[in-house]
Amino acid sequence: MKLTLRIWRQHDTEAPGGMATYDVDGISPGMSFLEMLDTLNERLTVEGEEPVAFDHDCREGICGACSLVINGEAHGPERTTACQLHMRSFRDGDTIDVEPWRAAAFPVVRDLVVDRAAFDRIIQSGGYVSVPTGSAPEAHATPVPKAAADSAFEHAECIGCGACVAACPNGSAMLFTSAKVNHLGALPQGAPERETRVLDMVAQMDAEGFGGCTLAGECATACPKGIPLTSITAMNREWLRASRKVPRS
Amino acid sequence: MTDYARYTTGDPLADTKAPDGPIEQRWDTRRFTAKLVNPANRRKHTVIVVGTGLAGGSAGATLAEQGYHVVQFCYQDSPRRAHSIAAQGGINAAKNYRNDGDSIHRLFYDTVKGGDFRSRESNVHRLAQISVEIIDQCVAQGVPFAREYGGLLDTRSFGGVQVSRTFYARGQTGQQLLLGAYQALSRQIAAGNVELHARTEMLDLLVIDGRARGIVARDLVTGEISAYVADAVVLASGGYGNVFYLSTNAMNSNATAIWRAHRRGAHFANPCFTQIHPTCIPRTGDHQSKLTLMSESLRNDGRIWVPKAKGDTRPAAGIPEEERDYYLERVYPAFGNLVPRDIASRAAKNVCDEGRGVGPGGQGVYLDFADAIARLGRKAVEAKYGNLFEMYERITAEDPYEVPMRIYPAVHYTMGGLWVDYDLQTTIPGLFAIGEANFSDHGANRLGASALMQGLADGYFVLPATVNDYLARHPGNDTPGPEHPAVAAVLAEAKERLHRLVGVGGDRSADSFHREIGELMWEFCGMARNEEGLRKALDRIPQIREEFWRRIKVPGTEGEFNQSLERANRVVDYLELAELMCLDALHRAESCGGHFREESQTPDGEAARRDDDFSYAAAWEFTGTGSAPVLHREDLAFAYVHPTQRSYA
Repeated sequence: MKLTLRIWRQHDTEAPGGMATYDVDGISPGMSFLEMLDTLNERLTVEGEEPVAFDHDCREGICGACSLVINGEAHGPERTTACQLHMRSFRDGDTIDVEPWRAAAFPVVRDLVVDRAAFDRIIQSGGYVSVPTGSAPEAHATPVPKAAADSAFEHAECIGCGACVAACPNGSAMLFTSAKVNHLGALPQGAPERETRVLDMVAQMDAEGFGGCTLAGECATACPKGIPLTSITAMNREWLRASRKVPRS
Repeated sequence: MTDYARYTTGDPLADTKAPDGPIEQRWDTRRFTAKLVNPANRRKHTVIVVGTGLAGGSAGATLAEQGYHVVQFCYQDSPRRAHSIAAQGGINAAKNYRNDGDSIHRLFYDTVKGGDFRSRESNVHRLAQISVEIIDQCVAQGVPFAREYGGLLDTRSFGGVQVSRTFYARGQTGQQLLLGAYQALSRQIAAGNVELHARTEMLDLLVIDGRARGIVARDLVTGEISAYVADAVVLASGGYGNVFYLSTNAMNSNATAIWRAHRRGAHFANPCFTQIHPTCIPRTGDHQSKLTLMSESLRNDGRIWVPKAKGDTRPAAGIPEEERDYYLERVYPAFGNLVPRDIASRAAKNVCDEGRGVGPGGQGVYLDFADAIARLGRKAVEAKYGNLFEMYERITAEDPYEVPMRIYPAVHYTMGGLWVDYDLQTTIPGLFAIGEANFSDHGANRLGASALMQGLADGYFVLPATVNDYLARHPGNDTPGPEHPAVAAVLAEAKERLHRLVGVGGDRSADSFHREIGELMWEFCGMARNEEGLRKALDRIPQIREEFWRRIKVPGTEGEFNQSLERANRVVDYLELAELMCLDALHRAESCGGHFREESQTPDGEAARRDDDFSYAAAWEFTGTGSAPVLHREDLAFAYVHPTQRSYA
């Protein structure tokens, strides 16, 4: 396959960026999208040009590192991560646009690499159960109904890639935040900190500069792990419940 | 013969930390004899942790909970992305919830035997003891393990054992356990007890007056290289499978942290012990960047076969039943398709070497579900393996319900690593290695679902106790400042190395060298090794290294975000580590576990261990790049599990 790529190049956070055009040839349909970029980078390196920077690691759809907007869609046309997207989803002669996640809270580091530390800070604000090592009771002391365990798992599948934010017209992180709130909230182990968790995490999310949620639903459509849109409504309910119980200072 | 292969033998090495006495009591004894640091004094001590996977994440969180000042590093943009996240199957624990005869002793026994009698009994027994606490801890953290309708934890069986002791969270057990550790770590970051440096990679180790006193690391965003001093250093940087270029490891997983520590005096044990996993998706071409594992569980229902005739290129459906060779069922009738990983991998290699492999390049064998679908119905097969079939189809564009899967073995895990004693301390005082970075628990072959167990055992429970002891014995306020001449010297060396890489200005990328060394290792130090091939590799590696320093091309500068430089710097270390792996494989003229020496096999072609000559861990001491290392043997004594030869026919 022969393709024309239009790729966002930006030297650093402060520098202005722009789309640069590259032609690539000899692309096979079995290549992953990232292997196609590897091919381009190998050529650029040998020619003495700086290769395109992009985040990637496990290349099996679980680490959440890859973060490309492909033809305007977070992770591209298939419902998976960019590393699991294959070139057979494109046609010979196509022109493909490749951009970084676009969101105020995710500044561009270089080219297609963005800074997602805001997600870590949201987790740090309350996305955990306070249980120091060694203090846990016997695992079977608290049975967890299967439905609750399954619901917790469904939300825990989030890989923290940020596609939800990139897809959202408002740059909102509601789906990411609600996934963790609902994961821990579904389990008896997460119950003692249920109220403070949702209040603190939502407050941190707002402080990071993510946009507000208008339930556009783009996030759940882009999510490679299928975190449902109802996760957001469930978190809104959690937040209201907690706000009534815990007076905010 | 290269000079490098003329290694010398130094003093034997002994683990002096494991107490004597009955094996069941050793860990209790050690914890009691370990000195403690007064809680009020702990915040005065800084501990560096490199890596945030299951071992590093759990260690950092626990040390911080205890009151130490933890400074933690990961090359990823977030600690949550460490490669532990990709582990699929599960985590073993001797809970015996099934009442099926499991016990700590049985888990201990299975692990020592599974490791083909090349691990240390004391360490393995402790691992089995701690396994039960890990499950308690993870459940309390909110890890969503699979559960039964009664609300209790579900378990399943895994290869090589006869009990059901594997706890799991669908096919994402590693992800869920890692997020548990990440969240515990996040809590400590928020509390100010952990200072996290993400996108920061360790370049070297600071050893001052014979003790590990910190690291030199590079901020991958700004390119700034800095020294970080501490009272103890913990390496939790994972394995070195990426020396093969193609593996199931993450693209950026690398050996630099452990190799740099090795160069500074930490002995490297059993480097040739690598695990090749039999069921991975085969490579499709030269562009291939990594290999994807398909869960071992598929071998429960899939039948493995190749055509009987060489060079048979007909599609699978066009090959009649009588012209198919179900070679595992034929050669190993007792275990059939469920033989252990090393056996299944070697058998696949053999049929492909004979020219009977399938798919592009003939590097593949069929894993066929047609019989299972006919017997159980498509629905039942879908319920069991639906997500795996979907993953396979996404990558290959072939529907495994219609045509058989094609699989081929791939490098998956490294049992070797830095030599550590019972305290998980390396041969450099104050330097600890945990998780896959050390060599301690799996011998020559790791059992499925045991890597997660070891990472968390080391990080949550073992290391915090033993670091305590070390710091209690080194209480002084003598932390060197950044102006210390030894610190400045290592810092300058690290900067010089990167500067040199950028300065070569050659015509080949780091990736091209990485592929070259990887292919060489796969050919000569992969699934089957022999003296001739290993010697060939030992001749070739210094040549590649020489060429590397002449022709490497690193665009950009060292003072900026530069992924080409990151790769080139890692390849430098692979080009040295590969040599040690080949030498270790050459010197160990026996077959054991994942290490198969063609010269040492039974009349049936199975691995033949030579206990009289090789019942030891080989710990290598570095003497210079390309210069013959010194071998230190740690003799392995088996007082509880008697070594036997494995048979699966």
